[in-house]
Amino acid sequence: MTIAAESSAKFGAHRGRTQMGYLILLLPLLVYLGLFYAYPVAAMMFRSIHEPRWTADNFVQIFDTGVYLHVLWLTVRIGLIVTFASLLLGYPVAYVLARVDRAKSNLLIILVLVPFWTSILVRTYAWMVLLGRQGIINQLLLSFGIIDEPVRLLNTTFAVYVAMIHVLLPFMILPLYGVMRGIDENLLRAAQGLGAKPVNVFRQVVLPLSLPGVSAGCLLVFILALGFFITPALVGGPQDIMVAVLIQQQVDLFNWPLASALAVVLLAAALLIFAVFMRTLGVEQAFGRART
Amino acid sequence: MRKKQLHRSAPKRPGAVGIWVGTIAALVLFYLIFPILIIVPLSFSSAKYLSFPPPGFSLQWYENFFGRSDWLDAAWLSIWIGLVVMVLATALGTPAALGLVRGRFPGKTFINAFIISPLIAPVIIVAIGVYFFYAQVGLIGSPVALILVHTCLAVPFVVINVSATLQGFDERLEYAAMNLGATPWRTFWQVTLPIIRPGVLAGALFAFISSFDELIVALFISGSTAVTLPRKMWQSIRFEIDPTIAAVSTILIAFTGALFLATELFRRRSERLRTSAAAVVPVQSNETASPSMRPAPI
Repeated sequence: MTIAAESSAKFGAHRGRTQMGYLILLLPLLVYLGLFYAYPVAAMMFRSIHEPRWTADNFVQIFDTGVYLHVLWLTVRIGLIVTFASLLLGYPVAYVLARVDRAKSNLLIILVLVPFWTSILVRTYAWMVLLGRQGIINQLLLSFGIIDEPVRLLNTTFAVYVAMIHVLLPFMILPLYGVMRGIDENLLRAAQGLGAKPVNVFRQVVLPLSLPGVSAGCLLVFILALGFFITPALVGGPQDIMVAVLIQQQVDLFNWPLASALAVVLLAAALLIFAVFMRTLGVEQAFGRART
Repeated sequence: MRKKQLHRSAPKRPGAVGIWVGTIAALVLFYLIFPILIIVPLSFSSAKYLSFPPPGFSLQWYENFFGRSDWLDAAWLSIWIGLVVMVLATALGTPAALGLVRGRFPGKTFINAFIISPLIAPVIIVAIGVYFFYAQVGLIGSPVALILVHTCLAVPFVVINVSATLQGFDERLEYAAMNLGATPWRTFWQVTLPIIRPGVLAGALFAFISSFDELIVALFISGSTAVTLPRKMWQSIRFEIDPTIAAVSTILIAFTGALFLATELFRRRSERLRTSAAAVVPVQSNETASPSMRPAPI
């Protein structure tokens, strides 16, 4: 009796003490991130409104200059189209992966994971090889007699879409697959047993239950697409300037305050979407799955 | 007749619509994998320029890679920066994950979001932030600067992976150890760490790869003295159009593929341990858990 009481008191005291102890475990990382991540980014953002004195000129310039506005609009448009296309292409893949048996889906998922693992630079280079003037697609089209002379495919908006969707598609498929895998097969059988046609089983059972995956995938792809740099810089044409490319150009021109202001606009957009993301899903759920 | 067929084939094989869906899925999977597969034969080409199909077999582009010091130096630099980042990120991220999963304190959601945010914030923002910062303190072109930034970007991978393993952890194991007189420090090394090891290793590998692959920050702060492999590849893609880059890409595909395979194995093991830890009475060994147990749905 006394031993039990004593041990439970000890237990409780221990719990209370370790609560604060756990905060100390976080301290080294928080200090580190504060110094080498938050401080430089905050200083950069401060530069956008204070260089050399308090001013809103940089933001006025962005929203007043046709070229910059056009780049912002282009970035959002590319982001939306890439997201929508990834959803259209990714959904059937996730659906099939979730419906075939484990052994098969473990094999098929490799076809999604290998591109996911491969460096973005390598994947973008692969598209340069495929789409180039002397590239494989042009040669195939020529040899089939579909075209008479090489078509310009590289350095076009089309190339940006093809390569960006290729890079971002796994970020759509993996969360979708995770959610669809979790749908209880018995629900589908029940719907079918009650006389629903396959189309209705899909529309009334599978689709609603897969919506968390849809929103996770879409937000992930859209947020990543907004900040894209490598792919548009390499396969896009001079007209395909996304915000990240514009920021880099402004840094090269030593126009640091304007580059900072553009970065603030981009960050604000990303944070806004991220906030929606956290509210609807929680970080580990979507990211833990998406990344592994 | 129709009805009967529906019952027999569904839900595994849902007829004409199913064939369509299957075909679309197959085409999309082809679109995903084909560009990566096409790089491999090109890297063994005997042609002087990129041409398809390759006219003959040759290892000239691999010889070029392994024979040129600028490529090799870049590769070594990336590897050792990646290793230092891996150690730093794991050392900082593992205790932080413990604190985040176990602790109950105000502002936890915010701290969690802050730690994960390097993963979500567009890298270009971090890149120009640190570029301005290091330009002022004169660290442009130093590997130290790259290590410091890459660690920030790599830490979320460690925190996420370790948190995932900690989620199913039975804390009573630790209380038992401490009741038997072990110090918290000793409990961590002898009880906690062995159980969460798969998550720690997976996080560490992710951290390494994220640094090894990182280009955008390197573009800004590596100057001309700390040229990493992705940076060197970027230069090569933009300014020299020779198939050496195909050989480098093939090596990278194989290298990262092997690393990720290892990570995936760790992850699956940790998932198994997690489900078994939740299912089995704490004192029993993990080996007794049923291997056929389905992993928890998201």
